[in-house]
Amino acid sequence: MTDVTFSRRALILGAGACSPVLIHAGWSGVAQAATVLAATPSMPGGANNYVPKAPMVTNLGTGFLVSGTVRRAGAGEPLANIRIQIWAATERGGEREPSNHGSVLTDAKGVFRLEMSQILPSFGQPHAHLAYDDQAFKTVFLRPVMSSKSDTSVQAHFVLA
Amino acid sequence: MKKAGGWAAKAACIWAMLALCMAVPVAVAASNPMLSSRDVYWIIGGLAGSVALALLLFQPLLAAGYAPLPSVPVARHWHRWVGSLIMLTVGLHVGSLYLSSPEDTMDALLLVAPTWFSVYGVIGLVCVVFTAILVALRKRLRLRYSSWRILHNALALLLVASTIAHALLIDGAMGTVSKIALCALVFVATSLVLIRTHVKKRPVAMKPPAGP
Repeated sequence: MTDVTFSRRALILGAGACSPVLIHAGWSGVAQAATVLAATPSMPGGANNYVPKAPMVTNLGTGFLVSGTVRRAGAGEPLANIRIQIWAATERGGEREPSNHGSVLTDAKGVFRLEMSQILPSFGQPHAHLAYDDQAFKTVFLRPVMSSKSDTSVQAHFVLA
Repeated sequence: MKKAGGWAAKAACIWAMLALCMAVPVAVAASNPMLSSRDVYWIIGGLAGSVALALLLFQPLLAAGYAPLPSVPVARHWHRWVGSLIMLTVGLHVGSLYLSSPEDTMDALLLVAPTWFSVYGVIGLVCVVFTAILVALRKRLRLRYSSWRILHNALALLLVASTIAHALLIDGAMGTVSKIALCALVFVATSLVLIRTHVKKRPVAMKPPAGP
């Protein structure tokens, strides 16, 4: 009997969680409205210590992974060959140190990865900076913060418009 | 004579403890292995902030006469000098961080930084500036000493509270354990002195050394 009670409760909770999507789908009149992706806005401080046109690199050291995805706003299809510029403070120096700046391209699935040296806290927070700053889409600056300075990876995802 | 000798031994002991409580957190910050990779302005900025925090432990003890000095005027004289030193180190902290990363520092000063704890740093900075003005204009303001002291101590309390919040939330400049211990000591010292001054109405705890 407890099973029945639990299922009913889960159903109600589930319906509650889904309702914004249902309302959204109904309002836009498109069956797949729930998958419409809004463009990622730039984060405050995201552009700090940005130096345009970071060189293409295979890595900026080892031991830490910056990764993420790049998709197109709207339908959300992955975008290949998009340049993402990455910089952060490491053991080699702060965010203005040239060897802490590099660019990578997304693969066919819209995924980018850059192995680099361990990111160290800068201005009180361990964080990375990522930029999309080319012609095809609107410029976006991201500044993901690691939950701990001992983390060995950080992710950031772009939806470009 | 015996009594004076006892005071000297006790004073030496208190000075040693106080020096240790202030020096260890700064030494831990200075021995951070991360410093080797940082530019000189980042290092000076971080250490100046650590020194300013350590001075906030000394300052209320001087004001209330808990620091073992020969007389109240001497303690007040030291209090003014340490106040100037706090202003200097806070100025060095902000100025040096500006030279290290102008954009991050301007974001913090304009309250638009993503590091929301920098707001506490700005509150502390504003308190230091207002305290300096209040001290400089003490005679011209023509306030009664009791009124002036309430303003001064309210600013001091806000400065200490915001500085502790600022320091505790920052990751990377100081050692975690020594930083928390120093913040706790600063909080306790400030609270004791303010309670003594405004609740118990006995502002000065000084027991001068017995004469020969």
